[in-house]
Amino acid sequence: MTGKTLIYDGSFEGFLSCVFYIFEYKLTDVTIQNEFVVQNGLFSENETIATDTKKADRVWKGLKQKASTISSTKIYYAFLSEQLGVENILLNYIQYIFNNTKKVDTDFTQPSVLNTSQIAKNVSREKHRMEAFVRFKLTKDNIYFANIEPDFNVLPLISKHFKSRYADQKWVIYDIKRNYGLFYDLETLEMMQMEFPKNFDFSKTDTNFFADEEFEFQKLWQNYFKSTNITERKNMKLHIRHVPKRYWKYLSEKQP
Amino acid sequence: MSFDRTLEKLKILADAAKYDVSCSSSGSKRANTNKGLGDATGMGICHSYTEDGRCVSLLKILLTNHCIFDCAYCVTRKSNDVKRAAFKVQEVVDLTINFYRRNYIEGLFLSSGIFKSADYTMERLVAVAKKLRLEENFNGYIHLKSIPGASDELMREAGLYADRLSVNIEIPTKSGLKLLAPDKNFEDFIKPMEKVKNEIIQYKSEKKIIKSTPKYAPAGQSTQMIVGASGENDFQILKTAEHYYKSYNLKRVYYSGYVPISLDDRLPKIGTEVPMLRENRLYQSDWLTRFYGFQTNEIVNLNHQNLDLDIDPKLSWALRNLHEFPVDVNKADKRMLARIPGVGMKSVNKILMARRFRRLNWDHLKKIGIAFNRAQYFLVCDSNLFERRDLTAEKLKATILKNSNSKYDKLLSPQLNLFS
Ligand code: SF4
Repeated sequence: MTGKTLIYDGSFEGFLSCVFYIFEYKLTDVTIQNEFVVQNGLFSENETIATDTKKADRVWKGLKQKASTISSTKIYYAFLSEQLGVENILLNYIQYIFNNTKKVDTDFTQPSVLNTSQIAKNVSREKHRMEAFVRFKLTKDNIYFANIEPDFNVLPLISKHFKSRYADQKWVIYDIKRNYGLFYDLETLEMMQMEFPKNFDFSKTDTNFFADEEFEFQKLWQNYFKSTNITERKNMKLHIRHVPKRYWKYLSEKQP
Repeated sequence: MSFDRTLEKLKILADAAKYDVSCSSSGSKRANTNKGLGDATGMGICHSYTEDGRCVSLLKILLTNHCIFDCAYCVTRKSNDVKRAAFKVQEVVDLTINFYRRNYIEGLFLSSGIFKSADYTMERLVAVAKKLRLEENFNGYIHLKSIPGASDELMREAGLYADRLSVNIEIPTKSGLKLLAPDKNFEDFIKPMEKVKNEIIQYKSEKKIIKSTPKYAPAGQSTQMIVGASGENDFQILKTAEHYYKSYNLKRVYYSGYVPISLDDRLPKIGTEVPMLRENRLYQSDWLTRFYGFQTNEIVNLNHQNLDLDIDPKLSWALRNLHEFPVDVNKADKRMLARIPGVGMKSVNKILMARRFRRLNWDHLKKIGIAFNRAQYFLVCDSNLFERRDLTAEKLKATILKNSNSKYDKLLSPQLNLFS
């Protein structure tokens, strides 16, 4: 039997707990897998690793000593990509950092360093896109509600941005792909889950749930969007590169 | 607010403001205080893009398109037969706040035609900004267009509430201005700019002593020049830009390819193509001087007055200065690395970090992300394989153009090329 697969709960702490375990037992030939995406290797042995925040903390602190803040941030970002196998790229990176006495976290000739950096960049790009493309709609309960469906799990990354920006209004940003959201109630910001009515259409503004003036402002915005375009300069290719089609269904200016 | 009426006004006054290309909402430091609305500390966010590919980050409107002047290049000019409208101060405030709350925009860009007089108009622009800040506790971005000829008093007040102020020079030369905007006085543009510059300097020195000095136009000032309306060459345009950057500490100069909107025979005919590629080259040049350490003279000068349209200005410079190449990637300083065609600033920084660990070869460089098909002719690294150097500039150019993919000759907007 060859190789060992560590299964963890999908959280960042869980992942770091696996890393701790690997260092503790000096494991080689090991892969880490999220329990939700386990694909058994035919000949590998599975072991479930419990999340241990203390151990995770120790790895994270150690890492921060040996790597720049930018690098450790990149590791976290790349982790949130949920990309298949990203745990193992990160593991390589972390091992490379810990196994060297010198600081090597910016050695871009190293595949794991470069890979992590690239994945982090994609996540970061989507983080920015979400900060741009969230469209709040005012509900009848006076809460500004937005739903998103990002490729990566960027909700944890955008919370701070929205909290400092919309301090005087209640709001919810909900990731309908991952089924959890953020709720800000003028005091605190909390993660939460919601149940939506059957047939709730996330791309429409339903009169049952949203305030009357909401429709008016959407209309104003759609019109603004139209009037500000210069037809002589039209360039749809460029437009689509900036606003990829997969985001259109929730952009109020893109609704017919 | 009566939505129908507002809708109509918005159509007219957004349409009239769209030729102003300044869009940036970055560079301010206005954090959310007292749990108010908004925050302008970040890099600025483009919330959407128009179908022509320009970013939408601000609600960009005119307060009114009534104007007593008759500048030939402007849709709002007195003699143009268009529908006229004017917003009330409160309407602009409501639109801004409600768009902001829905995360449509970063803030407001407010300009105006001149009704009655420069001061009368400026006063209303200031009133909008003041209301947003003081009554709505709004911390989002506000960019006010200074009205040429507005008084020092009003300019001072404007800077207390706005993040950025700008006056559009529009026409880069005095003679061009005289021809196309006979009512306007060149000095009227300079005066408010001078005032804002001095206020910013004063603010900076006072702030050192008194911490609570109210902020003054924290994102500085900018201006815009129309390209292709009045016959200036790129040398004149970039030299003018350089002058404004230096003399008035401008944060940005925008270049706006003239969109023919007038039958006036002093101007390009309607249907003439918008010089978008030229506009793009100007932005690239501007970028090289602001971030790559180039002097304007290296890019355009008396012997080379216009930018090449078929190649970017950095490549163009390299071809005119082949004696500076090849650059040794493992030894060269930052300045020279930044001058290698096909190597962007991000790659420069990666190279500097990575070469501390080992000597870099082609493989490394490709992975780092340099554009190999251009860079290969201009650098040496730790690989035996390198290009023969006995090519002439013309041959090099032809080879590079042949090998570069189609994205090269396509019309790209400046924002795409510069920020992606
Ligand atoms: S003063 Fe301004 S708004 Fe009026 S015509 Fe001239 S450019 Fe247009």
